[in-house]
Amino acid sequence: MIPARFDYVAADSAAHAIDLLGQHGDDAKVLAGGHSLLPMMKLRLAAPAVLIDIGRAADLSGISVDGDELVIGATTRHADLAASELVRADAPLLAHAASLVGDPQIRHRGTIGGSLAHADPAADLPMALVVLGGSVELTGQDGTRQVTADDFFTGFFETALADDELLTAVRVPRRPGVPWGYQKFVRRANDWAIVGAAAINGRIALANMASTPLRARAAEQAIEGGATPAEAAELAADGTSPGEDIHADREFRQHLARVLTRRALEQLS
Amino acid sequence: MMQVKLTVNGEQRSDDVEPRLLLVHYLREVCGLRAANVGCDTTSCGACTVLLNGESVKSCTVLAAQADGQQVVTAEGLADAGELHPVQQAFRSEHGLQCGFCTPGMVMAAVSLLQENPNPTEDEVREGLEGNLCRCTGYHNIIRAVLAAAQPCEESGGSSPGPGTANGQAEVTA
Repeated sequence: MIPARFDYVAADSAAHAIDLLGQHGDDAKVLAGGHSLLPMMKLRLAAPAVLIDIGRAADLSGISVDGDELVIGATTRHADLAASELVRADAPLLAHAASLVGDPQIRHRGTIGGSLAHADPAADLPMALVVLGGSVELTGQDGTRQVTADDFFTGFFETALADDELLTAVRVPRRPGVPWGYQKFVRRANDWAIVGAAAINGRIALANMASTPLRARAAEQAIEGGATPAEAAELAADGTSPGEDIHADREFRQHLARVLTRRALEQLS
Repeated sequence: MMQVKLTVNGEQRSDDVEPRLLLVHYLREVCGLRAANVGCDTTSCGACTVLLNGESVKSCTVLAAQADGQQVVTAEGLADAGELHPVQQAFRSEHGLQCGFCTPGMVMAAVSLLQENPNPTEDEVREGLEGNLCRCTGYHNIIRAVLAAAQPCEESGGSSPGPGTANGQAEVTA
């Protein structure tokens, strides 16, 4: 399968990429690892006129500490996130989530910024960012704004990112030693979650239970009120209306959400 | 059209390509290197796996333009002066293939895996090859081959070609 024709520009820095986005607006798509965008272009589900490749913009990759947060450059690859001593120590849930994305070849190419901007509700990193209470930095011609994970994901493959903005960095709270749980139900190795559940610090998030990664707020409140993991997990699917596909109907997804939430909560103790 | 400069199997190249040309098509049609196969064409099967800057990638999901200025190694580039790479040798001696279509991708994924983890357990090999499908379902000997290939890497050379070559030739002609 061959993508439709496009013009290709390699950005050599974040500022260059933002300039190019300013010029091309919604005619352009940003290319990082390309492991969500290129498959869509090959299927002609996406046909941007211009690709702005940020894959070799050195100032967009890397992991650093800023006070009580980790700052992760947008083009940091899943393999580097999973292997980072810093991330494994301060945000082990995120390192674990990155280690479950796709397969080794995909993790050698795919990036955290790309995965978040793509906003697949079944993907690992959007759920991880939501449960961690992280945020993203969105940079345009007029500067950078910070958007929390809860506000960033606005719909099915839709985010708060404007056409002329670049997702430049991801921030997650540093929580060394804080217990966490992470559950992902798949039928095949390297697949997206049929349902996923993650828990840390009183927050519970679900993957593939809605058009965006979702907080299981009823279950969170139950835990705060002293409920056991099993009691709280019974509420995990409350208010959800997940989609149906060949893998699971609505009822089965809701069942999975309850079971996986219980297992994630049990991992905390 | 745009110009890309890549080092492919150690050879520096400069070619004019369409921006939309996929790396696997660049390797097969422009470079004439046919080891990387187009299998699923959807980033699932791993038959098109090559090394990009030393790491396994699925070349059906990389543009040649993204590899501009980078180093690519295909299965054709593994052997050193006619001597098979230890992973190639092990696939031969352990009969790590049936129809052979997935083999170049399996070998490249295994080379990358062993670079990252030179002494993997069987489970780590199975996990590490999760991005490569063998539709003959010949996984058992593939896993054995990768584990066998890890041995000479660990012992840093010398004794591996002996028994491997003998077994390999017997199995290939069988």
